[in-house]
Amino acid sequence: MIASAALVIFSRNPVHSVLWLILAFFNAAGLMVLVGAEFIAMLLVIVYVGAVAVLFLFVVMMLDIDFAELRAGFMNNLPLGLLLAIILICELVLGLGALRAGSVQLGVDIANATPDTVPNIEAMGQLLYSKYLFLFEAAGLILVVSMVGAIVLTNRRRGGTRPQRISDQVKRRPEEATRNESPEVGKGVSL
Amino acid sequence: MIGIEHYLVVSSILFVMGVLGIFLNRKNVIIILMAIELILLAVNLNLVAFSAFLGDLTGQVFAMFVLTVAAGEAAIGLAILVIYFRGRGTIAVDDVNRMKG
Repeated sequence: MIASAALVIFSRNPVHSVLWLILAFFNAAGLMVLVGAEFIAMLLVIVYVGAVAVLFLFVVMMLDIDFAELRAGFMNNLPLGLLLAIILICELVLGLGALRAGSVQLGVDIANATPDTVPNIEAMGQLLYSKYLFLFEAAGLILVVSMVGAIVLTNRRRGGTRPQRISDQVKRRPEEATRNESPEVGKGVSL
Repeated sequence: MIGIEHYLVVSSILFVMGVLGIFLNRKNVIIILMAIELILLAVNLNLVAFSAFLGDLTGQVFAMFVLTVAAGEAAIGLAILVIYFRGRGTIAVDDVNRMKG
């Protein structure tokens, strides 16, 4: 999983990057299943692998970009980036050491304790639809806003197309579209 | 036996990978967005690990909300990227400071 995460940021081709990202998500889902959080793991597979990764892949393939040019500053940023990464990982390891040494107390809210009798999804559903109902609705609102925003941003009226104007078609009455003619023999009808 | 420390180590390495990815690919917005996804994945892994090992379900509920926000952010970010590319023809971050409509 760590190898695939490394390959996400180091690979030369963004399409490969996206595929490694998918692999990293699958591995994370596997880890979550191992720890007993099946619902989040399945959600990860569905949302990330099914939607977000495909979105990334779509955008990468749709935009015609010279990626070699974009990688020009890669080596210049390498020392600073590595320095920052090392500092950050040192801090995280120190925090982990503090946790292991017992100087950090982990509190548990007994009210939300995981029940042993019901499966993971059922327990989460009971918590989600009772205690966190408003947060859940806020999450839905965020999704709606992001969907509308994405559509509004990328929608454009392109010239040269001839779309169907349904209101004009409905508005059209038989009186203005047809007329009665009684032509004399041999004269024909003027159109 | 796999304890909570192992999960924390994996997720912290993943987090640092994401930060490093942002720093290394400073020009490529797509890779930066993917690195942000990696960071959010690390956070989710952390939340789920604590939630499972402490027996507190709130962490998993919260991880779901993080997932929601991450999905929305990816959609909006890619939409902005697409319209930016349409107007400019490139996605290099260095040129983004020309916001003239």
